[in-house]
Amino acid sequence: MTSRQITTEPPANTVGQDTVAVQAIRRQRLDGPVTGWRRLRLRLGTLGLVCVGILAVVVLTAVFAPYIAPYDPYVGSIVDRHLPPSLEHWFGTDQSGRDIFSRIVWGARTSLIGPTVVVLVAAVSASLLALTAVWFGGRVDAFIGRVLDVLFAFPNMLLAILAVAIFGPSLLTASIALAIGFTPYSARVIRSVALRERNLPYVSSAQLQGISGLVITGRHILPNVRTQIFTGMTINFGYAMIDLAALSFLGLGVQPPTPDWGLMVSNGQASLLQGYWEQSVFAGLAIVITVAALGYVGEQLGGRRAAGRTR
Amino acid sequence: MLYVLKRLVALALVLLVSSFIVFSGMYLAPGSPEQFLVQGRTVSPEVLDAIRAQYGLDDPFLVRYWNWLIDVLHGDFGRSLLTQQDVSTLIESRLPTTLFLAAYAAILIVLLGVGLGILAATRSGAFEKVVVFGSNLGFAVPTFFAALVLMALFGANLGWFPVSGSGEGFADRVWHLTLPAIALAFPAIAVVARITRTAVREEQGSEHVVMAVARGVPKRIVLGRHTIRNSMLPVTTVIGTNIAGLLASAFVIEYAFTLDGIGSLLVNSVQKKDFAVVQAIALIMVLAFGLINLIVDLLYAVIDPRVRLAREVSA
Amino acid sequence: MLNVEHLTLAVADPDTGEETEILRGNSFSLRQGEALGLVGESGSGKSMTLKCLLGIEPGGARVGGSIELDGTDLLAARGEQLRRIRANDLALIAQNPHGALNPVLRVERFLVEGMADARGIPKAAAKARAADLLRQVGITDTERVLGSYPHQLSGGMLQRVVIAGAMSGEPKLLLADEPTTALDVTTQAEVVAILDEKRRQHGLSMIFVTHDLDLAAAVCDRLAVMKDGAILEIGTPDDIRDRPKTEYTRALMAARPLLHPAGRAPVPANGTEAHE
Repeated sequence: MTSRQITTEPPANTVGQDTVAVQAIRRQRLDGPVTGWRRLRLRLGTLGLVCVGILAVVVLTAVFAPYIAPYDPYVGSIVDRHLPPSLEHWFGTDQSGRDIFSRIVWGARTSLIGPTVVVLVAAVSASLLALTAVWFGGRVDAFIGRVLDVLFAFPNMLLAILAVAIFGPSLLTASIALAIGFTPYSARVIRSVALRERNLPYVSSAQLQGISGLVITGRHILPNVRTQIFTGMTINFGYAMIDLAALSFLGLGVQPPTPDWGLMVSNGQASLLQGYWEQSVFAGLAIVITVAALGYVGEQLGGRRAAGRTR
Repeated sequence: MLYVLKRLVALALVLLVSSFIVFSGMYLAPGSPEQFLVQGRTVSPEVLDAIRAQYGLDDPFLVRYWNWLIDVLHGDFGRSLLTQQDVSTLIESRLPTTLFLAAYAAILIVLLGVGLGILAATRSGAFEKVVVFGSNLGFAVPTFFAALVLMALFGANLGWFPVSGSGEGFADRVWHLTLPAIALAFPAIAVVARITRTAVREEQGSEHVVMAVARGVPKRIVLGRHTIRNSMLPVTTVIGTNIAGLLASAFVIEYAFTLDGIGSLLVNSVQKKDFAVVQAIALIMVLAFGLINLIVDLLYAVIDPRVRLAREVSA
Repeated sequence: MLNVEHLTLAVADPDTGEETEILRGNSFSLRQGEALGLVGESGSGKSMTLKCLLGIEPGGARVGGSIELDGTDLLAARGEQLRRIRANDLALIAQNPHGALNPVLRVERFLVEGMADARGIPKAAAKARAADLLRQVGITDTERVLGSYPHQLSGGMLQRVVIAGAMSGEPKLLLADEPTTALDVTTQAEVVAILDEKRRQHGLSMIFVTHDLDLAAAVCDRLAVMKDGAILEIGTPDDIRDRPKTEYTRALMAARPLLHPAGRAPVPANGTEAHE
């Protein structure tokens, strides 16, 4: 017959135990909002912390470029062209005899400013469009939806190239055009989350109390789409960096002799094929490492999913 | 069917608006076209007037747009300001290279991206770690950088592949376009592999897959029929976006490898302010982008019965 | 036929490595043709017990104790042997029928797969039997149902399909995991009636997991009350109802909605129970 085992002592945690435990394995783990340093560190993991370190180094390099760069990034001597990496020139010199390390250090500035502009402009315009659409709804929503549809029709890079064709090549032109290209993607995400919040009863009751739409949107709806805005910014930054570098590579972004990573990859193309790999490779690696570190941090903070498997 | 029709009408409307935006953008550009045409030479006002009349530059803006639009609808994109060539002919001669390159890259994305993703999801250990690491790093590699590295390694150093030109005939084309296609596909392969792996992993824990396991369905069938098949639903969207994105990144690659596609034509035309060509290529790209997105949506409806039927009811 | 001894299940927190006990050394057994009800609140470990029997506990979980089905050690079974046991000897009826069927495959594929791919019946024969199986669970327009996708059918209809699938073989043991929780009240009674009738017809043993004491009492020969991963007591429905041995069971009895004569499927006490 049945043998039975009775636990006389009820455990401390009484409700929903297997649900919680299974969630710990199965569902998105650590997926709540990031609160506090400990939680942030836990979620980033070791590799995430390394990536944060890399990003910090890149930012500090950009800020303190004049103090870090050993040489003038604009001045070189023909005598010193194509020197291999050495103690004097860590990354060697380029076809004009300029110190590649110094140019990469200074290049961090242009390479970071562009994406920053893109990300800020895109975040502001996407939030404005999405929140306006959600608050007024109806025709305004429909109209903004159509505007976004048209923007969706243009690949981002095409939009940037057209802007450059019209206004001439410059970092600012390219950045703003890219920002416009990124806007519809962020706007859609923000709109859907904001709409959910907008439809909650407390919003209509606040409205009935005569609180203005601007105040409700700013005080209640905006804080709820914060995560989407920040996640969008993290993702966009990496893509913006790559796209802007590509534009500089095509000669449509940053103009020589300004030091810029994308431009340096491009400038090094001829040398690379002759065997002088330093300029293109170091500049390219700077882009890859920065974007990869940013992507990893963004992914860790955005929450990841763990897999459940059966035996 | 009605749904497809609706989407095509919407696409046509978007194209119309886009054409207006592109045309007025070029119109607003600083520097007048006739200045460009005379190339800085000093010419008499009479000659300038003649040029203005020839290109219809004195007509009001809307009239010029209307005339241009009617011509475009007849397949006439005007003449290149730079070479005086017929733009349609010019683009026609350039299109095959771009289409070939994009198709080649698309195949690589589907095969390698999905393949690596599935392999990484189904076998743990070193291989999975390599794929995960590679895909985390891979999406960060700009196509043009991948292009240069491939060129230097397999072109200049090893001499296995040519570093420029797009070749004649099928085999020669494949040979010429291998490095460009790999460079073009590289970041997308990384993204698709990563999404695929996550999707398969998620599907492995889904109720119906666990149910199939509990029903004693053989592993191979659970994996193929339930896990992988269903995980392809979200992956399709990502593949679609990435293939549509190829159009835009193709011009960077064409420029790097000096291929004679419409991408490098666009870049050169922008650099030289040859607006007739820029307008035409921009419109063609918007059209292609829209069509690819439409095809992906239709494909999605085909592989997921829930989508298809929901739309038939609503349409 | 089924003998479970000191079944334990522990999962480790993926970050801290700390283990949580989900099942705390439970023992019970089942005779041929007997129905045992596992009752308790959500999170008491009822569903996990079924998952351990089927070997589908979440990845990384540690199972201890022993489970013997007609002399076969289920916990030791691996690979092909485990698959055969799942295919031939056990049959699961899941809580949410809409989740249990692959959403992109038609109902016919679901039924045929269980027979042909899992148990090796020729495909043509399996197809021929599918309609008959549906008729046995009271579905009349079999053609339409077989050709439908899961999302086109109601939960009650789908749960009948799942029951038909479970009955398609000759399982030794039926495992019903809250088979009516996801259904609306009227269909609940029908589905339970069909399940009960089919089980008695075939003389199958069954473990019936539910949080609904009255429902369990109506369907089962014996009940096991679970709380916090442990079985508090096992007894006949009458024992549990009239002579509860623990304070918890008494509280559970007091908490259920009254005015329900035993034997009728009542309104669930907690309709919003979390999926497990």
